[in-house]
Amino acid sequence: MKIFSGWSLIRGYTLLVYLWMFTPIVAVVLLSFNPQQFGSFPMDGFSLKWYGKLLHNPTILTAFKNSLVLGSLTAVFATAIGIPAAMAFVRYDFWGKEGLNTLLLAPIMIPEVVLGVALLLFIRWLEQPKSFLLLLIGHVVLTLPYVLLVVQARLVGIRREYEEAALSLGANPFQTFMEITFPLLAPAVFAGMLFAFTISFDDVTATLFWATARNQTVPVQIFGMLRNSISPEINALGAVMIVLTVSLPLAAGYLSRKFARGN
Amino acid sequence: MNNKNWKPWALLSPSLSAVFLLLVVPVCFVVVYSFWLRAPNGSDIPAFQMGNYAKFFADTFYPSLLLRTIRVALETVFICLAMGYVPAYFFYRTESRFKPVLMILIMLPFWISFIIRTLSWINILGDSGLINHLLMKVGIISSPLSMLYNEGAVLMGLLQYLLPFMILNIYVSLDGIDKSLTEAATSLGCTEWQAFREVTLPLSLPGVSAGCLLVFVLTCGTYLPPMILGGPGNEMIANLIFKRIIGTLDWPFGSAISTILLGLLGVIVYTYNRYLGINQIFKSLR
Repeated sequence: MKIFSGWSLIRGYTLLVYLWMFTPIVAVVLLSFNPQQFGSFPMDGFSLKWYGKLLHNPTILTAFKNSLVLGSLTAVFATAIGIPAAMAFVRYDFWGKEGLNTLLLAPIMIPEVVLGVALLLFIRWLEQPKSFLLLLIGHVVLTLPYVLLVVQARLVGIRREYEEAALSLGANPFQTFMEITFPLLAPAVFAGMLFAFTISFDDVTATLFWATARNQTVPVQIFGMLRNSISPEINALGAVMIVLTVSLPLAAGYLSRKFARGN
Repeated sequence: MNNKNWKPWALLSPSLSAVFLLLVVPVCFVVVYSFWLRAPNGSDIPAFQMGNYAKFFADTFYPSLLLRTIRVALETVFICLAMGYVPAYFFYRTESRFKPVLMILIMLPFWISFIIRTLSWINILGDSGLINHLLMKVGIISSPLSMLYNEGAVLMGLLQYLLPFMILNIYVSLDGIDKSLTEAATSLGCTEWQAFREVTLPLSLPGVSAGCLLVFVLTCGTYLPPMILGGPGNEMIANLIFKRIIGTLDWPFGSAISTILLGLLGVIVYTYNRYLGINQIFKSLR
């Protein structure tokens, strides 16, 4: 009986933590439907007014476009350089392996503010202006460690024998990678790209350092809007972002499982 | 030299050169710039002098900001631990068929925009936010409590951002513990609580310490929660760096503050790695 009560305490506590974590997020979504000028309780009614306003706000639409392009390109480049690195770490032994692996994962532990300052200082020294390219390379550095972690974890589980079999049957290393390793690795590559996309899509701190007025992303736009006050329009934009960034990985997970079952 | 040896280097070269050129070199620049002088007209003069560091430590303002950052980071670590251990333990022990759903829910905040999660607390803690609205409706208070723009509000934002990291780190560690160890302990006469204290808790400590380090390091570098939820007295070191670089364009002083922050975190991470090993941290992020 005593064990039972202990366990229900644990369950109750966990429930409370969930409640604490999700109440503010639910409030954002709820208040986005508030027709009032100020996004606050009590709500009086239900309206899509603020979503309509979003659709006609050219600054936000441009920011959305910027974010989508930036996130997609970041995902492509981060995986393009991350996959070979993961192959090197998992498939080969070489001098300095541990240290280099830690170096490549370091951006996770370095404060984004410092990364922001560092890259900005560097292009200032090179006498280059802030540009979209700066944002892109910055985001690739920010997301590379996550891509590496995800791809390495999966690669460890792919048996080397498959590759050796292909090699011994006469395939060259590139063919082996394209025909054997890459298809087996695809789910992790996909997950890594999603990771890179959402991190890039979400980033504020470093992006505030790197973005110009022309290259605003959605979170930086929200940050600017917050200077006035929190309006239902911000909540509506927040709700759109939540739906987008949550449904994307969920749908991807569902689809990949469906395809896996189909095979 | 083995002729196979060039292959890993070829595979690594794109990412190594990216990280070297875009991270290592720029960070070195920050350190170099921190010794430069700022001329009265706003330009930077190459020099090697400690003036920027002297300026930082001469006043009580800057060091107190650094200390506040460390104190807030420690508070965040302790509350995260208190809030996170029990749910992590719940995941480890539960046989509920909803476990996958609950695990996805814990991962969900990672996918929800950080700035949205931070500003969402304004809807809860604000003058006309959820808590004030409910309390006034019930009649407990007649005028709204001011809960925003103080350290408590900053902590709420920080905790919501960092709690999933803590829970996952502890869970990964717990998940590696063989459940038959607990069974053995209880069959030898331990109570459930004793078995937890003597067996499970010590074995979960690597995850606990990894979670604590990650939460500490990430808190020390955060910019948004103090900016959005804090008042004028709740700024942290990252806000100061931002102000100095983007606001007043004082690159040498901004670089010196960045170097101090980087040095502090470097010492902590190095010490941790020396005694406990850094790899535990990366396990949970997979």
